Amino acid sequence: MQPIQLQWIDYTILVAYVAFVLGIGWALSRYMKTSADFLTSARSIPTWVTGLAFISANLGALELVGMAASGAKYGISTAHFYWVGAIPAMIFLAVFMMPFYYGSKARSVPEYLKMRFDERVRALNSVAFAVMTIFASGISMNALAKLLNQLLGWNYNVALWVCSGVVLLYVLKGGLTSAIYTEVLQFFMIVLGFAPVVYLGLKDVGGWHAMNHSLQTVATNPAALNLKDAGVTYAPNAWTSAWQPVLAGPVHNPMGVDWFAMIFGLGFVLSFGYWCTNFLVVQRAMAAKNMNAARNTPLVAAVPKMFFPFLVIVPGMIAAALCTLPDKGYRIPPPVIAQEAYAKAVAAVKSGDAAKVTATITAVHDALGKKISGDQIASLVADNAKNKLSDEQIKTGIYNSIAENDYDGVILSLVKKYCPAGLLGLALTALLASFMSGMAGNVTAFNTVFTYDLYQAYFAKGKSDHHYFLAGKAVTVVGIMLSIAAAYFASMYNNCMDIIQLVFGFVNAPLFATFLLGMFWKRTTGTGAFIGLFCGIASSAIFHALTIAAGNAPGVKGGYLHVVSVFPSEMAQNFWLAAFAFTVCLTFTLVISLATKSQKTDEELKGLVYSLTPKIVDHNIPIYQKPGVVGVVLLIVCVILNLIFW
Amino acid sequence: MGLDIRWPIGLMFTLIGALLAITGAVVKSDHAISLGVNINLIWGVVLLVFGVLMLLGAMRGGKNPPSK
Repeated sequence: MQPIQLQWIDYTILVAYVAFVLGIGWALSRYMKTSADFLTSARSIPTWVTGLAFISANLGALELVGMAASGAKYGISTAHFYWVGAIPAMIFLAVFMMPFYYGSKARSVPEYLKMRFDERVRALNSVAFAVMTIFASGISMNALAKLLNQLLGWNYNVALWVCSGVVLLYVLKGGLTSAIYTEVLQFFMIVLGFAPVVYLGLKDVGGWHAMNHSLQTVATNPAALNLKDAGVTYAPNAWTSAWQPVLAGPVHNPMGVDWFAMIFGLGFVLSFGYWCTNFLVVQRAMAAKNMNAARNTPLVAAVPKMFFPFLVIVPGMIAAALCTLPDKGYRIPPPVIAQEAYAKAVAAVKSGDAAKVTATITAVHDALGKKISGDQIASLVADNAKNKLSDEQIKTGIYNSIAENDYDGVILSLVKKYCPAGLLGLALTALLASFMSGMAGNVTAFNTVFTYDLYQAYFAKGKSDHHYFLAGKAVTVVGIMLSIAAAYFASMYNNCMDIIQLVFGFVNAPLFATFLLGMFWKRTTGTGAFIGLFCGIASSAIFHALTIAAGNAPGVKGGYLHVVSVFPSEMAQNFWLAAFAFTVCLTFTLVISLATKSQKTDEELKGLVYSLTPKIVDHNIPIYQKPGVVGVVLLIVCVILNLIFW
Repeated sequence: MGLDIRWPIGLMFTLIGALLAITGAVVKSDHAISLGVNINLIWGVVLLVFGVLMLLGAMRGGKNPPSK
């Protein structure tokens, strides 16, 4: 409740991290001579580094805060975002798609689209991508500033601008290499910073089996934790089995999704759309030093990705389990409420009369502006009349009576609960690192696309490389400024996970259809791809405007034109939106391609399309480095994980 | 790029690990918050070992990290 006080040791760790990050930028700055050095790392980085950066670029606010939130809300099913929604797509990228990205010598994903199709497709993709990276980066920075504000009592604006300033400095100095190196540093910070929190949390709930046992109580009565409305109940394994509740149907799992939306919407469309076409992650692989290193990048990344659920989802499950153990005195944190509002509520309880308790309940509710449990306030008033509670005790009582949860606060509440000074600094620095490198990742993808695919392509053709080098730096500054604006925009929302999925749904879902047809069907034409992609993005916007999730009011959450269909949950709405947009894009691209003439000859498409590209010869590569072999092994491990948590 | 990433990783974790371990060893507290475990000392040593391993890798790897 109170902001925590950091000790000097915590600040020392924080400062040490920032110093190292800036030091990396400074050390790399002397290697930044051309625009390629700055924007694409001149294709010089070894596999394990690009691999960890690949996974780290994705390990931003979304992972740590959002996944712990979902772990509490939905349990182990959240792992589908990893085992269904990431691993297969990462392996597909490595084995089948990377040869075209890397082999084509394109500097960005939009540039590949230009080589394969034409300028229109590139323009559409690069504009959409630029907007998306800015939003993703803004969401990440908003989460960070909010966190520093709530946890440490720092001013939101100062936190936002200072952290953005640090990112700006090291990206401006060392470019993409700086971002990639920092991402690797952050990867280790996250893993080593959060592992002890998970360990202590598990120890506290009594171990893995005891946690699962407590989660059965949660599943049979989620309303006790305000996870669901009163009366909603699930089978005891709803929080602890990944597949059975999903297969049983949308009303039997807390996500409210059906297996088709899960596998097709998330596992195929959203996941492949994100991992295989999003330049933010693909850029890391494209910076690798040779073809085999590039292909192995997503595979190196897949190994930690597969086990991240234990680091990021399990904390949420621990939090939900802790709530069922009264002696632990833990609850999922309520929405943050100003201290003045609490003071008013405390005053209302103190002046409350046990005979007219309804008036007190109304007064407390008005003061806080949140749903509260009337019974708990009534007993608090009675208790106060009898025992004369202190202000602090009353405040705790009010805190516990708030019947709403701020799931994004779950991970922080655990860090606060278990970390002594020292470890606290480490965990907070890890969080800070992930948010900052989330911004850096987006900004480095943004500046490459903006400089090469928009500025060089349409505004300033044929200038000297030094011109683009400087332009890249200028775009970096602009990107950070726009991100800050986006952060203020994002501060209007609560669970960032759903919003990010939504944005990815609009832009990425149709895109994978374009790549799939473009890379594996040489008959696909530029006109077909352009119109198909355009219709795909438009159709997702229309779909969103016409559908809504149960319990939401029409507006930003969808259904603002007219409500045609109601989904059981936002997640189901997002998955179906993606599936719909993909199908529209695929159909239009197919039909229009058949109706138009291809502008490219087979010779021009060599290296860009599967059937026209010579197979990669990898006899000289040891078997454990062959992408095909490694991919199959990883897939098997992933299936085993799914079976263990069936 | 000319900078081997293992240097900054190794240096940073050696430093942070040492700081944590010293804090854990010197600061007297009942460790109630961390369930009776002196987590600072234990985890500080883990980080220290990790950092030193990275530094050893960087020293043996020469100027550029090997690709294999």
